[in-house]
Amino acid sequence: MNLTLKVWRQNGPQDKGRMVTYRVEDVSPDMSFLEMLDVLNERLILEGDDPIAFDHDCREGICGMCGMVINGVAHGEQVATTTCQLHMRHFEDNAVITIEPWRAAPFPVVKDLVVDRSAFDRIIQAGGFISVPAGSAPDAHSVPVKKVDADAAFDAATCIGCGACVAACPNGSASLFTAAKITHLSLLPQGQPERDSRAKAMVEQMDAEGFGGCTNTGECTAVCPKGIPLDTIAQMNRDYLRSSK
Amino acid sequence: MSKRGERTKKNSRSADVIDEGGRVTGYYAEGEPIRDTKAPEGPIEDRWEKRKFGAKLVNPANKRKLHVIVVGTGLAGGSAAATLGELGYNVTSFCYQDSPRRAHSIAAQGGINAAKNYRGDGDSIYRLFYDTVKGGDFRARESNVYRLAQVSVNIIDQAVAQGVPFAREYGGLLDTRSFGGAQVSRTFYARGQTGQQLLLGAYQALERQIAAGTVKMNTRHEMLELIVSDGRARGVIVRDMVTGEIERHTADAVVLATGGYGNVFFLSTNAKGCNTTAIWRAHRRGAMFANPCYTQIHPTCIPVSGDYQSKLTLMSESLRNDGRVWVPLKAGDDRPVAEIPEDERDYYLERIYPAFGNLVPRDIASRAAKNVCDEGRGVGPGGLGVYLDFADAIRRLGRDAVEKKYGNLFEMYERITGEDPYTQPMRIYPAVHYTMGGLWVDYDLQSTIPGLFVVGEANFSDHGANRLGASALMQGLADGYFVLPTTIGDYLANGPYGEVDEEAAAEAETAVRTKIEKLLSVNGTRTADSYHRELGRIMWDYCGMERTEESLRKALERIPELREEFWQNVKVSGQAEELNQALERAGRVADFFDLAELMCVDALHRTESCGGHFRAESQDADGEALRDDENFAYVAAWEYGEQGPILHKEALDYEYVKMSQRSYK
Ligand SMILES: Cc1cc2nc3c(=O)[nH]c(=O)nc-3n(C[C@H](O)[C@H](O)[C@H](O)COP(=O)(O)OP(=O)(O)OC[C@H]3O[C@@H](n4cnc5c(N)ncnc54)[C@H](O)[C@@H]3O)c2cc1C
Ligand code: SF4
Ligand code: FES
Repeated sequence: MNLTLKVWRQNGPQDKGRMVTYRVEDVSPDMSFLEMLDVLNERLILEGDDPIAFDHDCREGICGMCGMVINGVAHGEQVATTTCQLHMRHFEDNAVITIEPWRAAPFPVVKDLVVDRSAFDRIIQAGGFISVPAGSAPDAHSVPVKKVDADAAFDAATCIGCGACVAACPNGSASLFTAAKITHLSLLPQGQPERDSRAKAMVEQMDAEGFGGCTNTGECTAVCPKGIPLDTIAQMNRDYLRSSK
Repeated sequence: MSKRGERTKKNSRSADVIDEGGRVTGYYAEGEPIRDTKAPEGPIEDRWEKRKFGAKLVNPANKRKLHVIVVGTGLAGGSAAATLGELGYNVTSFCYQDSPRRAHSIAAQGGINAAKNYRGDGDSIYRLFYDTVKGGDFRARESNVYRLAQVSVNIIDQAVAQGVPFAREYGGLLDTRSFGGAQVSRTFYARGQTGQQLLLGAYQALERQIAAGTVKMNTRHEMLELIVSDGRARGVIVRDMVTGEIERHTADAVVLATGGYGNVFFLSTNAKGCNTTAIWRAHRRGAMFANPCYTQIHPTCIPVSGDYQSKLTLMSESLRNDGRVWVPLKAGDDRPVAEIPEDERDYYLERIYPAFGNLVPRDIASRAAKNVCDEGRGVGPGGLGVYLDFADAIRRLGRDAVEKKYGNLFEMYERITGEDPYTQPMRIYPAVHYTMGGLWVDYDLQSTIPGLFVVGEANFSDHGANRLGASALMQGLADGYFVLPTTIGDYLANGPYGEVDEEAAAEAETAVRTKIEKLLSVNGTRTADSYHRELGRIMWDYCGMERTEESLRKALERIPELREEFWQNVKVSGQAEELNQALERAGRVADFFDLAELMCVDALHRTESCGGHFRAESQDADGEALRDDENFAYVAAWEYGEQGPILHKEALDYEYVKMSQRSYK
């Protein structure tokens, strides 16, 4: 298949950036989206041009490194899929595809499609952990955990920190990401001692980073590759309220 | 210890030094054997206790003044940096991704072993030790493996306390499953995402220390050189991957936790960025590289679909519990599955290994698949695939039950191939998955450069010639949470180590700058990736699942030629002082060339078969791997030499587990 790509190119944070059009030919429908970009990049390198910079690593949907807005949708239109898991067979021959970086003030563009998501790490630093130095833990069976709680905690813990939720949100809110971690830890008995301080600190950090507030539009969960549900945000709000009592 | 060995003819037994004409061909020389691994003496159960008690302690007030660099934030590096921070050391940490949470440990699916014996099914520390030594085909150290089994129980406690949501049973206790190479159920898991959950546990502990100011994190920084000053590892040269700036960082000790080197094959189940640069640079500066040829090839991966293929995806081994592996009986039979009658199908694993059938260990399943494909009976594009068929299981258990068990894997398969495994068999093929080799370390996890410690997949330590499933996560966390924090204390207790020699640091920095300038200035006609692909092809064909003297010699001819061409003809666009992914890749490929050569020399010199290393010349009447314990019961530790590598042998003694030949018939 043959494609026309309109790709956001931006040299650095200060550069204004622009869309550049590329033609890619002989694309195999079995290629992944990133492999299609690899082919284009190989050509650009040989032509002496700068390849399109994009983040990626595992290429199997788990590291959370990849992320592009494809035809206006974070990670593309296929549901519950990261950019690296997207395959070209889902596109029409001769399609025109626009590719842009995550856009949100707290995620400044580093170059082309690469953005700086370090704000997420700082939200975790604020309290997204259980304080237990190595070697101080009691036997794992000393505290049983109900299966339903363990399963629900796991579901929330599957967030890969990709940032698609922020990119999709009209307010640029990081609520789904933050709520996923708060929910994971507050569902477990081990997470109880720090429950209040955790919610408070993480929510405050999220605000301090400049992420917007949640107005329940649900765009985040629609693009989330791991299907983190919206009700984690309700859990976050409950924990936050509890902490300010 | 690493006295320069003379080039000798001593090792005249193996054909690699002496050719048919009796001339020294000189792929390598042999140096002094390694006599001391620093493992304490005495009963095996007491050795780790003894080492811990014997380790010097650092006064808490002094810890802040002791500076440790940790490169890598996977299970090994993340847990090490967090724990050293908790202990009060001054830690600087690096990773090449944009967040420490993205290290490739995140991709581990199956689970983590631990000798908890929560099931009361006869498991014990001793049994885990035994299984690991045997599974490693008697090429791992008993003392290390025993310690690993001992510490394994603490890992689960630690992870649960951190909030790792392991699978549980209705009674609220932890669930376990069984995994290849063991008859007990000792594998703890978090659905198909155990690595992710364990890594997030370590990552969160690390972020807590970053917030506390004990750890300074540098993401998007790639280590490109090691600084060795007065014979000690004292720092690293890194490149800021955003600005391109070359930075010098010094410390009292350096820990490498940079993962495996499976990407030397270009196609592997590793992440795209996995590389050998950090350990290879350390090797060039004096750290010995042990057993580089020990590679694990995983039997159940999704086959290559075309030349553009950039990586391979693992499908959990658990699929072999219900799927039946087969190929057409006749070579070149390209009829659709439905048209191949039952009696024209060859369920070759069930046929050759009636006792274990589809559940034979990884290396055996992989080789059998290669053999049938070599016979022209492979399926799918290029004939490089075999069927993994669930039709029987669906008939027997019903589609729902199969979906419940394997739904997420089936979905992943469909996503990648566009084929529906409920209605047609999956196609699978082996792929490079894990590297047992790595930098040589002693019992303290210290390399042959004092002050350089190596943890996780980057070291060679505990898996011998074959790693058992669910044991890499265990080893990474054992190293990082429990072993290193004790043993490095012993080294640091004699510090701080004073100023770093300016000349040594400047020299390392210059080496980095020179290499970058060179790569940018060649301005040839091929990309680094295209060279990497070709190198990978050579390695896969000649130093892959099956190795022969002939194939390895061929590889040793082709690799230097291709490397030469690379340095004359590679094209890297862009500048040094910017985010430049073409430059990053080229730098990694350059080091893969050198490593590839050492892997082939190691594979050539080890004329026996063992674990993941199969030399076609060394097999028994049934075509199974044949070890040669008399001549090869040693760790091959290679020293870097300008004239070629120098082999140092560390003899392996088995006091507890009796050496025996594996059989799965
Ligand atoms: C698909 C897959 C599934 C697996 N499943 C299992 C399983 O079920 N059970 C099991 O026990 N094992 C499994 N393994 C193996 C196991 O996951 C790995 O061996 C283990 O996680 C390696 O951990 P590590 O900490 O040593 O390295 P990694 O997690 O690879 O971390 C390496 C770190 O080093 C950094 N780094 C590397 N090079 C540089 C450099 N030059 N400069 C700066 N930083 C650098 C990286 O940024 C990263 O932070 C699996 C492996 C794969 C690939
Ligand atoms: S909540 Fe979903 S979209 Fe947001 S970071 Fe996590 S995985 Fe990505
Ligand atoms: S590259 Fe890892 S999730 Fe896409």
